[in-house]
This record gives sequence, structure tokens and C-alpha cells, in this order.
Amino acid sequence: MAILEVKNIEKHFGSVSVLKDVSFSLEEGNALAIIGSSGSGKTTLLRCLNFLEKPDGGSITVKDKTLFDASASVDDWEKNLRKKRLHFGMVFQSFNLFPQYTALENVTLAEKLLAQERPDFKQHKKEIFAEIEQHGKELLDQMGLSQRQNHYPHQLSGGQQQRVAIARALALKPDILCFDEPTSALDPELTGEVLKVIRGLADQKTTMIIVTHEMAFARDVADQIIFMDNGVIVEQGDPHEVIDHPKEERTRQFLARYSQENL
Amino acid sequence: MFWTVTQSLLGGLWTTFQIFLWTLVVSLPLGLVFAFASMSKWKPLKGLMQIIVWIVRGTPLMLQLIIIFYGPGLWLGHNIWSGDEAGRLLATVVAFSFNYACYFSVIFRGGIESVPAGQREAGQVLGMTKKQIFFKVTLLQMIKRVVPPMSNEIITLVKDTSLARIIAAYELTFAGYSFMKSDGLTWPLFYTGVFYLLFVGILTLLFNYIERKLDYFR
Repeated sequence: MAILEVKNIEKHFGSVSVLKDVSFSLEEGNALAIIGSSGSGKTTLLRCLNFLEKPDGGSITVKDKTLFDASASVDDWEKNLRKKRLHFGMVFQSFNLFPQYTALENVTLAEKLLAQERPDFKQHKKEIFAEIEQHGKELLDQMGLSQRQNHYPHQLSGGQQQRVAIARALALKPDILCFDEPTSALDPELTGEVLKVIRGLADQKTTMIIVTHEMAFARDVADQIIFMDNGVIVEQGDPHEVIDHPKEERTRQFLARYSQENL
Repeated sequence: MFWTVTQSLLGGLWTTFQIFLWTLVVSLPLGLVFAFASMSKWKPLKGLMQIIVWIVRGTPLMLQLIIIFYGPGLWLGHNIWSGDEAGRLLATVVAFSFNYACYFSVIFRGGIESVPAGQREAGQVLGMTKKQIFFKVTLLQMIKRVVPPMSNEIITLVKDTSLARIIAAYELTFAGYSFMKSDGLTWPLFYTGVFYLLFVGILTLLFNYIERKLDYFR
């Protein structure tokens, strides 16, 4: 059974159509890589899944629960928007860490705020916060950052910042973790450490959607790959098939241009 | 004589300080409210805010003070301010607060808009409410950005308090000036400059301290 079911998503900005009839599904524990040139709609698709953009058509279903259906009324979008967002985690290209908080505080902030809504919060505040701190430390540890938990973002390298951002996204235990070009803002020598962490998450069967330009990485890590061009899914399937033996002409062109640039 | 003058000026300084403090207490939050109004998606509110800011920034504060103090009595036939010192002080604080809130709102808006959209989005995808995003994410980053322009405005406020003399509020400049009229002494008026300098000096140290305090993040 698919954990995520995306059907016929449409999105336009003004008269420009950014996503056209985008449909795909994702199995629990699988990693999906989305490739394509800039402006192909990859990032917009992720933003729609995270409810940062409202699609103009289609539906999004997670664990058999319809989170979004364009045919439903407008109020439905606002309703439980926060709760819907929690199904997805998001790692941004530019990290977007909160600069005024330490690495650990970045990871625990949202969880602490959510805990305030628990009925037993007032009585067990101390224990709950201790638990959250512990969880945050474990996540940073998992990212290889236990020595950096009290550092502020500006004291960390780009790769370290992005790993904190991944820990932050994992803290709320999302059903699906989304990565929006997680290494595009990094120096080449720093991409490795971030990719390694994502690879580790894939090994642990974390359900992920990764928008990336790292073809070799996508091929190795993803269970499924989507090539997008001009707002449509041109080709999808097994990563080795799509990257090594693309069926569509447009995919071939993209990959040829890509491998030329990366020689 | 020097002692008498100093004592009298200290009395004026106290009024100056009260105008200063109460104006800040009212105009800082009001400025934030105005900033949000000027960023409202609801066009009429946004437009109204723009007109208010235009009028307030486009006319002298002294004129606004005169209108607020004498206006009700002149045009409504009913003076809402009591004629004593407290009434003059209150009218001054009302006029100043409204004026400064408008200036602050523009600075605040700039500060809020300068926080990258990615910060709000990061909060959103972490399931934070709008309120949580503002208070836990945006606010401190905004404060850090607005401290330098705000320190300028707040220092200007110290000296603008001298305008209250126009409605006979007994503030520092009025206190100094009164010796010219009563005793023909000019030096007390110049002497007030020392008090303003000390006042602003302390504020400058305070702002430097705040800037240093917020230096721990970027």
C-alpha cells in the first residue's frame, strides 16, 4: 500500500502553468528522487506537498487520508493546515536554520511548542522537555554533530548546518521527509557529508522525496526516480532504467547535457 | 543661583523624561500594530495606514501637538484635556505616541520584511502557528535589524520633547527658557544642553549594550 498518493496535481502562477497533471505514488520506506532542469517544477511540487503552495487541482493522500482535494471547498485548505503539514518534513536548499538558536534548540523548538498542546503539559513540563532534549541530542548524534549541539548556525559549516536542518526535520517524525536540492548551496567538498547522512536515512528505510542534481547519488539511493520537464513528469521508474537507459528523448537530452557539464 | 537653576532644570528634566518614557511605552507596541496594518492583505486597511503615515510624517510634530491640544476645545467646543500640568503632559504623550508610532511602523515593516521568507516557511513546515512563528522566529531577528535605525529615532525623541513647550508643558527647554523671561538670564537655556547630552549619552550606551547582546547570532 502506498504511503503517499499524489493525483493530477496542477499549479499555475498567474498564466504560467508550473505543474501539469502530476501523479505519482510512493511506498513506505522508499526513497523517491526527482530530477530535472531548473524551472521544471520540482521545487514547486515539493512546496505543494508541504502545503507551502496551494495546488490548483488534484489531490494529495497520505496513509489513506486525503489531505488535499482541489474539488473540496476553500475552507478545507486552512482547516488543520498545521496538522497536515506535520505529515511531511522539509529540508530546504538554503537550510533556513533559525540563527538565534543553537543547533540543539533548532532541533527541539518545534517539538517543545507542540508539546504545549498536550493535556499533561503543565504537570509534566520538566519531564517532557527533558525527553525532547534527549531526543534532539540523539538526532544530532545520528548526524555526527554531538560536539556541535551548542553552536549557533553561523558557527557551523554549510554541511553541518544542513545536517542540523535534517535533524530538525526528523524531530517531528514526519511520514515523508522531503529534500529540496539539499546540497545545491554547498561547496563541492561539503556535499559528501550531507549525502552520506541521506544515504544513511535511506538505509534505515526512511520514506523520502529528494529533489536533486546529484545523478549518481539519485541512482544509488533512490528506489524510484522521476524526471520532470516543463511541469510534467516525462519519465518515472527504476533509477537505473531512467538514468542509464532512458526511454524518452527529453530525458536523454537532459542527461546528456548534465553529463557534459559535469565532465 | 546655579543651584536654583540646576534644581529647576532637574524638574524640567523629570517632565522631559516622563514624556520620553510614556511615548515609548505607547508608541513601540502601537508602531508594531501599525506595521502589521500597513502590511495587511486587506486593501482598505493598508490604504488607510498609508494615508495616516503620509499625514503624520508630512506635517510638523509641533503642529500635530497644537491640533491635539487645542483642537477639541476649538472645534468640538469641549476641551478634553485638563488645563493643569498633567493634562498638558497627557496631550503631549498622545501626540508624540501617534507620531512616533508612524515612524516606528515603517522601521518595523522594513525589519519584518528583511527576515527571509525561508524563516517563516521553516516554521510553517514544522507545524508552528503564525503567532509562534512571529514570536519565536521572526521577532528577535527583526529586533536585531531595527536596533540601529530605532536608536536614531529614539534619540531624536529625546530632543523632540522640547516641542512640548508650545503647549506650555514644563519640560527641560521650557525650564531653561523661563529664566530668560523672569531673570534675563541666557545661560540656563544653554545649560539645558548638558542635560540633553547626558540623557542621550546614557541612551547611546544602552543601545550599544543591546547591539552587543544581539551580536551572538547573525
